[in-house]
Amino acid sequence: MEQPEQNVAAQTETTTELPKPAALQDMQPSDVPVSGPTVFETKNVSIYYGSFRAVTDVSLAIHENEITAFIGPSGCGKTTVLRTLNRMNDLVPGARVEGEVHYRGASLYASGVSPISVRRRIGMVFQKPNPFPKSIYDNVAYGPRINGIRNKAKLDEIVEKSLHQAALWDEVKNRLNKSGLGLSGGQAQRLCIARTLAVEPDVVLMDEPCSALDPIATGRIEDLMRDIRSQYTIVIVTHNMQQATRVSDRTAFYSVLRDEKSDTRTGVLVEYGRTAQIFEDPQDSRTQAYVTGRMG
Amino acid sequence: MTAMVAPGQAPDLREPKGWRRSKNRIMTTLMVVAFVLTIIPLGFVLFTVIAKGASIISWQFLTGSPIPPNVLPAGIGGLWPAVLGTLLITGLATLMAVPLGVLGAIYLNEYGGKGWLAALIGFMSDVMTGVPSIVMGLFIFSIWVLHFGYSGLAGAFALGCLMLPVVIRSSYEMLRLVPDPLREASYALGATKSRVTVTVVLPAAIGGIVSGALLAIARAAGETAPLLFTILTVTTANPNVFSGPNTSLPSQIFSNATQPYVGAQDRGWGAALTLIVICFILMIAARVVTARFTRYSR
Repeated sequence: MEQPEQNVAAQTETTTELPKPAALQDMQPSDVPVSGPTVFETKNVSIYYGSFRAVTDVSLAIHENEITAFIGPSGCGKTTVLRTLNRMNDLVPGARVEGEVHYRGASLYASGVSPISVRRRIGMVFQKPNPFPKSIYDNVAYGPRINGIRNKAKLDEIVEKSLHQAALWDEVKNRLNKSGLGLSGGQAQRLCIARTLAVEPDVVLMDEPCSALDPIATGRIEDLMRDIRSQYTIVIVTHNMQQATRVSDRTAFYSVLRDEKSDTRTGVLVEYGRTAQIFEDPQDSRTQAYVTGRMG
Repeated sequence: MTAMVAPGQAPDLREPKGWRRSKNRIMTTLMVVAFVLTIIPLGFVLFTVIAKGASIISWQFLTGSPIPPNVLPAGIGGLWPAVLGTLLITGLATLMAVPLGVLGAIYLNEYGGKGWLAALIGFMSDVMTGVPSIVMGLFIFSIWVLHFGYSGLAGAFALGCLMLPVVIRSSYEMLRLVPDPLREASYALGATKSRVTVTVVLPAAIGGIVSGALLAIARAAGETAPLLFTILTVTTANPNVFSGPNTSLPSQIFSNATQPYVGAQDRGWGAALTLIVICFILMIAARVVTARFTRYSR
């Protein structure tokens, strides 16, 4: 008897909620001071390739429905850290992770954790567009199919929805059965994003997704990232600092630590914070040098 | 050596005269000569076989049975037993060698990694490529024919053993060409290793695998030596490939070519032309199939 009353109460609550003030809607994402729940939490993570220590001592927390950017010079290990978040580094022989990586409270590297289950929740878009040599439709339907969806109507719906989300539908709707390799670089990358979104992941990892694209295609992908931010948590590695300021809510700056004695280079996380703070008020002198362009 | 350009004058961008230009001409000529030298034997073989074999080819020659005794002139009987034998034995050998070879290649490239077992199998398969075909025939003779008698099956074993390393090697090379980013894209969607292999790697490599397999089949269809000790080369058609002596086009050519009778020799030339045409059809099929399977790769 109590049940319906509660529902009514909940409904009235939502309907009486005031619309957001216009000023708040126009605010940049980085200005919104509220943090969502933590999606990833890493503690003192070091990553090795064989005996080579690629990255050391990375501790950060990545929040839900935010875009987190990893920036830093080449060889600083930002891609390595990214690939640790969905266990893609398992595919590299000799790769090893020390420290703790938690995903929504579960340890990613605990024994018994299946990388397959991890990757079904945490998708990835790669630096170079890598569509399968299949039709556009089959590219997008690939993920749902390996998850056991066989129903044609359901697949059609997923393909259309994903291509809409990736802002590609209008360009390809009349040639869904043409090869995915016939698309331009920017279209192919959006196809890869659609393919990733089709499995409805929780997190989308992006490894320099625009580095092979021209500014117009880059702009499209940035728009698309802002569009899907409300439904996904995004982590993006980028070489382009303007891109980080344009799209991200938080930024992690990595740098390279050189050991003169053994002549080895190890990536370190120098500073992590809200994007506006990292770029306008960096606390570390190395961050300052990098974001002001005084250091490569 | 910087070319001086007078102000206001367009620079001379033509290839400078001298050694580089001569070298280019010499090398181009050498390549054309090499190409012609390669073509000559092929041309002669085709010309001779067509000139001597075309006149005897007829519907009756292809479908008549049994193969007439050597003393009889051309125009009597036909080679159907040999055509049938070649198709059956080569087909059976294909069924044995191609699936096994492709699976072996998948193991070597996708699963074996740098392990000792994969290294050993790869090495053994390469060694197997070097085994002379007559030795392979003797091997099957000693382990199979001596116990179970001559049969098309024994011939298929011998041909299969010859095809296997070729299929493994060509499939392996094709799988190696599949770019890793494709595999990664599939893994990133939560695919298992077997899924990645079946739905991404194999489709991407299938064109090359099929054409490699068809080349191995065409090669096996023309083998004589491994069949000499395994099928006995009889003159009657034997549609049961699993038991009883059989015959094939290459072994028929071999036995006819050593005869003093004109009729038998003519039948040998006809058999040679038939075999070439069968192989030719397989090659064309390889091209068509490859083109069809790679329709999404462009």
